[in-house]
Amino acid sequence: MTETIQATINSLPVEVAAGTTILDAARQVSVHIPTLCKHPDLDATAACGMCIVRVGSSAKMLRACCTPVEAGMEITTEDPEIIHVRRTVIELILSKHPNECLTCGRNQNCELQTLAADFGLREICLDSIVPDLPVDSTTRAVVLDPRKCITCGRCIQVCQQIQNVWALSFLDRGIDTRIAPAGDISLADSPCVRCGQCSAHCPTGAIVEYDESQEVWDKLLDPDAYCVAQLAPAVRVAIGEAFGFPVGTNLTGKTYAALRRMGFKAVFDTNFGADLTIMEEAHEFVGRFGNPNSVLPLITTCCPSWVDFMEKFHQDMIPHFSSCKSPQAMVGALAKTYYAEKMGLDPAKVYVVSVMPCTAKKFEIIRSKEMHSSGFWDVDVSLTTRELARMIKQSGINFRALAEEQPDHMLGAYTGAGTIFGTTGGVMEAALRTSHYLLTGENPARMEFLKTRGLEGVKEGKVEIAGQEIRFAVAHGLGNVETVLTRVREARDAGTEPPYHFIEVMACPGGCVGGGGQPYGVTDKLRAKRAAGLYQDDQAGLWRCAHENPYIQMLYEDFLGEPLGEKSEQLLHTSYFPRATYRR
Amino acid sequence: MSPTETEDEIATIAKRWKNKRGSLIMALHGLQDRYGYVPREAAMSLGEQMDVPLARIYEVLTFYNYFRLESPGNQVVSVCMGTACYLKGAPQLLDRASESLGIKPGETTPDGEFHLQVVRCVGCCGLAPVVTVNAKLLAKVTGESLEAHLLKPGTAEDVKA
Repeated sequence: MTETIQATINSLPVEVAAGTTILDAARQVSVHIPTLCKHPDLDATAACGMCIVRVGSSAKMLRACCTPVEAGMEITTEDPEIIHVRRTVIELILSKHPNECLTCGRNQNCELQTLAADFGLREICLDSIVPDLPVDSTTRAVVLDPRKCITCGRCIQVCQQIQNVWALSFLDRGIDTRIAPAGDISLADSPCVRCGQCSAHCPTGAIVEYDESQEVWDKLLDPDAYCVAQLAPAVRVAIGEAFGFPVGTNLTGKTYAALRRMGFKAVFDTNFGADLTIMEEAHEFVGRFGNPNSVLPLITTCCPSWVDFMEKFHQDMIPHFSSCKSPQAMVGALAKTYYAEKMGLDPAKVYVVSVMPCTAKKFEIIRSKEMHSSGFWDVDVSLTTRELARMIKQSGINFRALAEEQPDHMLGAYTGAGTIFGTTGGVMEAALRTSHYLLTGENPARMEFLKTRGLEGVKEGKVEIAGQEIRFAVAHGLGNVETVLTRVREARDAGTEPPYHFIEVMACPGGCVGGGGQPYGVTDKLRAKRAAGLYQDDQAGLWRCAHENPYIQMLYEDFLGEPLGEKSEQLLHTSYFPRATYRR
Repeated sequence: MSPTETEDEIATIAKRWKNKRGSLIMALHGLQDRYGYVPREAAMSLGEQMDVPLARIYEVLTFYNYFRLESPGNQVVSVCMGTACYLKGAPQLLDRASESLGIKPGETTPDGEFHLQVVRCVGCCGLAPVVTVNAKLLAKVTGESLEAHLLKPGTAEDVKA
């Protein structure tokens, strides 16, 4: 049994497990201690000084985020002096922070702004010493404005510990401390894989998504452009957070409607692309699985940050990578070929906008010339969930009141397999369903492969299909990849049977539901709720296996021929190549 | 020195300190002792061999003032900003040097030839304004004479002493 400790917080008795911090203990008795640096995903670093509390009658104040509760502690979280000190902390931060709230990417959604409002700061008595540092938008995925950094260290902890990318670091010291890649090079020259988790964890506007909404507005006004949109799986269960819906509410139909009202002539669903990815990838997997000379495990490639990470850090794994493009890329390629052909459109005029939970998708669409397979850039602009939410607000659309609509089915109908792509384990589960069908001629008796689900960093499992054992692993959060790949390498070097046949990797913790372009404030609780929304969508669907999608069947009959066929290879597959971790 | 020799030296430093907790600083000292500063290529190579991310290396390099990230240059141009020189127009000289070399104080020209820096009083106020280039002292410097000196080919030779 875990040892418990009794103490009081503001005279309220608390009983917590040994090792619980004062910050966490306070939550149990509904006491909120403000903090700017501590994030539930991350370790406490005691950087900001907001969470100070007092123990007993001591004059010394302790930081609640990194002080464990001790037996008999009498903790005070609020008194006039504590409030005064906290206000001073905010003033000190603001004296070094540009007063640009109205034009900031985090306006009305900023933890610092909220605290300044809560504490009623009306003037800053200190001289302003905002550092003169350049904005870095070189990645065209995230924008780093180091002037707005409050040096809480969250982005660095995410980048270094959770993602193991090490693009961001603290350079210099004291008042000169700044966030930058090693040696003040640009982010695009650094190992940055554009996952955007830095932006998802930043409490201020120091790191935000690269906003491309104006480009889309311009195209929507252009009478020559035929604008079409596609909606990624994870967006539907997160966009509602910007409009006051409970976390995880599935708003697919309303989002389609909003996109049409904004002026898109057709609305597709990336879930359709996910179904198509599964058709191609399951065939690829079953082909490799049945061939003793092929390279196994097969590794999924839907996640552009993971692809980038592998190309930079795990180049020996290139032969293991599925050649399938991601769902967004597949829908883009088909919009400018199959759809344009069917609708009698000039593909040069079709303008594809994808809405993604992701900042790295902005890079994926130009990552190689194979993203030009239709003869044009297959996807023209990739927006994040956050950008779309703002555009809907700009349009004056009453999102809550919108009637639900259907997608343009030709590239919009989807199955449950496609929708769960948006959460960690979803691609694996979807692939296993169709692999089962390909190996046995029947759908699995039970659609749920529960070992793929949940928020554990590395999930392993095995299933028996047609008397053969398929071993799989699912990793999310790039820092967890190492564990899985080490096992693969050990077996390879020892010349033994590979530990897995199939590996799914998603860069962001929780998969795309926790993507770097999703609404702010993500925690495991939120990730789980968003994922639950997708699993409900899966369960409610008419079809739950990618191969059952009648529009996919039609696509193969009318246009592509067969999975891994000549046309599929040309439009839906890609290749990978080593990239330098540092370009400078 | 050949690139192989350089690699060998870095390998020796890396081998000595690898897997020893808290030893990164010592390894970086090794690089600076050898080169007079920590060249980026050397830091990258060291990081790879010691299995330390480059970001961590630069965190350490920029945290401690002792480490230099740039070569001091063949010719260290020091503009004296002591009181006498200051009054005799050192700030304008510094601007002029900055302009003709295309670098700010504390920087080195891309070809590694010149490093520009500010010093406080070199102890010959009677000759103000004073600029030193390595060990050579230029007295009663004007913008023109300074520029002429910096642009004169072969200056490295006569200031080597």
